Amino acid sequence: MIRHLLSAGDLDRDEAIAILDTAGELARATGRSVKKLPTLRGRTVVNLFYEDSTRTRISFEAAAKRLSADVITFSAKGSSVSKGESLKDTALTLEAMGADAVVVRHSASGAAHRLAMSGWTDCVVVNAGDGTHEHPTQALLDAYTLRHHLSDGAGDLQGRRVVIVGDILHSRVARSNVLLLETLGAEVTVVGPPTLLPVGVEGWPCSVSYDLDNALTGADAVMMLRVQNERMNAAYFPSAREYSRRYGLDRHRAELLAPDGIVLHPGPMNRGMEITAEVADGPRSVVVEQVTNGVHVRMAVLYRLMGALPELESEAGS
Amino acid sequence: MSMVIREVAPYGEEAVDMTIDDGRIARIDPAGSAPAGEREIDASGLIVLPGLVDLHTHLREPGREDAETIESGTAAAALGGFTAVHAMANTQPVADTAGVVEQVWRRGQEAGYCDVHPVGAVTVGLAGERLAELGAMADSAARVRVFSDDGICVSDAVLMRRALEYVKAFDGVIAQHAQEPRLTEGAQMNEGELSGVLGLRGWPPVAEEAIIARDVLLAEHVGSRVHICHLSTRGSVDIIRWAKQRGIDVTAEVTPHHLILTEELATTYDPRYKVNPPLRTADDVAAVREGLADGTIDIVATDHAPHAHEDKDCEWGAGAFGMLGLQTALSVVIETMVETGRLSWREVADRMSTAPAIIGRVESQGRPLEVGEPANLVLVDPRARWHVNADALASRSRNTPFEGREMSGRVVATFLRGRPTVLEGRLA
Repeated sequence: MIRHLLSAGDLDRDEAIAILDTAGELARATGRSVKKLPTLRGRTVVNLFYEDSTRTRISFEAAAKRLSADVITFSAKGSSVSKGESLKDTALTLEAMGADAVVVRHSASGAAHRLAMSGWTDCVVVNAGDGTHEHPTQALLDAYTLRHHLSDGAGDLQGRRVVIVGDILHSRVARSNVLLLETLGAEVTVVGPPTLLPVGVEGWPCSVSYDLDNALTGADAVMMLRVQNERMNAAYFPSAREYSRRYGLDRHRAELLAPDGIVLHPGPMNRGMEITAEVADGPRSVVVEQVTNGVHVRMAVLYRLMGALPELESEAGS
Repeated sequence: MSMVIREVAPYGEEAVDMTIDDGRIARIDPAGSAPAGEREIDASGLIVLPGLVDLHTHLREPGREDAETIESGTAAAALGGFTAVHAMANTQPVADTAGVVEQVWRRGQEAGYCDVHPVGAVTVGLAGERLAELGAMADSAARVRVFSDDGICVSDAVLMRRALEYVKAFDGVIAQHAQEPRLTEGAQMNEGELSGVLGLRGWPPVAEEAIIARDVLLAEHVGSRVHICHLSTRGSVDIIRWAKQRGIDVTAEVTPHHLILTEELATTYDPRYKVNPPLRTADDVAAVREGLADGTIDIVATDHAPHAHEDKDCEWGAGAFGMLGLQTALSVVIETMVETGRLSWREVADRMSTAPAIIGRVESQGRPLEVGEPANLVLVDPRARWHVNADALASRSRNTPFEGREMSGRVVATFLRGRPTVLEGRLA
């Protein structure tokens, strides 16, 4: 059992499958009648968001609340975080206030790692996105969604072909997905313009391609990444239209997927840029489902990191 | 007062008795045969080298006395075996006028642990726009000969050309921090597979190599000498080697940390390992060791860069660039170059004392161990082992990358013009 969730690479196959299985159980347990479980009653989860991220923050809040944890949210606007208080001081403050877990989103790569390893706090640390490094719960929810559609919601993703398209260089979603999907046995291909692929990507546990049509042909799933406006200003590619033509997903391209192939996007989408509205809202799209699954997967992560105390489990078992 | 250093081995060769008097080496006699002095030091088993000279030190005074002062920095220097350091210009205010360099020089004289030679800024305020009054600094009491915007590259090719030309009038040298600025915007670590995995923006080797290539060609064209600070890549070593074969008057330095540490330390996200230029790959480390051994790289310079605790006790992206180096430099060179057979002790004396003194035009330092020469000396126990403890270092800052690490060889004593600044490993 890992203590923190900092990188998708922290998870071995059994651990990753256990989280996905737990998420499935929690999804069934919190159906229409019962929304809340008492698992984390009396425990405090702090959401520490140094970057705006409405959807990830709300997802973690919902997850913690459905497990009956007390939730405190610090976001960059309206707290001392925006007044230049250091990560360390904020961590010490949270520790002093009795937080049990910290869910952290930060613009600096490695911020969650630093928080967990520097001795500033004894809290469980969950990485909710650190700079251009990783976003492991996004990868877990993507894997959960893929497993639901491609592997009947059980086991791993052995042999499934998944294509990740777009700004791989700056994407924490891509990094975490490449690691986790490989761990689960999927065959991953990353696709993007060469300017948006990191130096050394050949060494990653995936294939690399500049040709989207070729990569999509027969694939089981495609994950489209958001392209930030500032990338265009920095001349990573000549124009939005050219990007869209070469690396955007339209209906014609989506049809290259395997017959039951699905389309994922971590959101928020740039409709008309990396994905057309027609595909985003079309039958292959599982984008809305990803959001729902996000809550269950985050519940599972909090549950396993915070709730699954060995002594409690053995009591329950006896 | 005369002092006899008994049974000491110059350059690790045959032991002698070395008598110091009136700030100079007064006699050198066969071991055990020197007449008694007023003071005697038993140095059996120790090596004597000319006092070390650092061409690249950040003393932080004036402006950041919370991180280091001239007094604390020169104390660290003396404990590391140095008898002279060159204080980089990126202070607050910047050392870009005769007034500031004279102040630094005078404060160095007062502190007294080693000589302090101020480095003058090349451009006003390190802004890279117009030349600072280089001549005034050269003519000042500080007698500045080394000019550098260290920390910032003189990236404008015309300005660099002018600077190279201008300092010829007083035999100065431009020490370039080779970093193409556009290629390194927001850079956090060496660019390679690891930076991609860690999500840290890369500092590509070409950003260093392209500037070095340009500057050696500029130096050739205008007939000036140029010095390259802290080179860190195999490509840089290759370019310097090519330039020297071509007869270009270029000198180059490597830091101790680039001789021993690699980029893998960034996986800790601990900013203690964040430095500019960044730690590179094992192949680059091998290349700079080869370059230092064959003389392509002329000197070891520490780039001693103290930073306040809060500037390192944070996330990687917010951390300051730089590491302490003065008290660990010689041990790193011993471990990486001497114990591996790459350098003799005579060559260590060349790379860490004689050559830097020549590049900096410091006439009284880096002299041979001969009768009549100034008694700027360091006594080294090559077999001693010690463990780095940041709290025990003389620096005001604690940002050593070697915390807890066992180091090879220890400075036992340092003499500045015959006066001990360090004895038995402690400030005298």
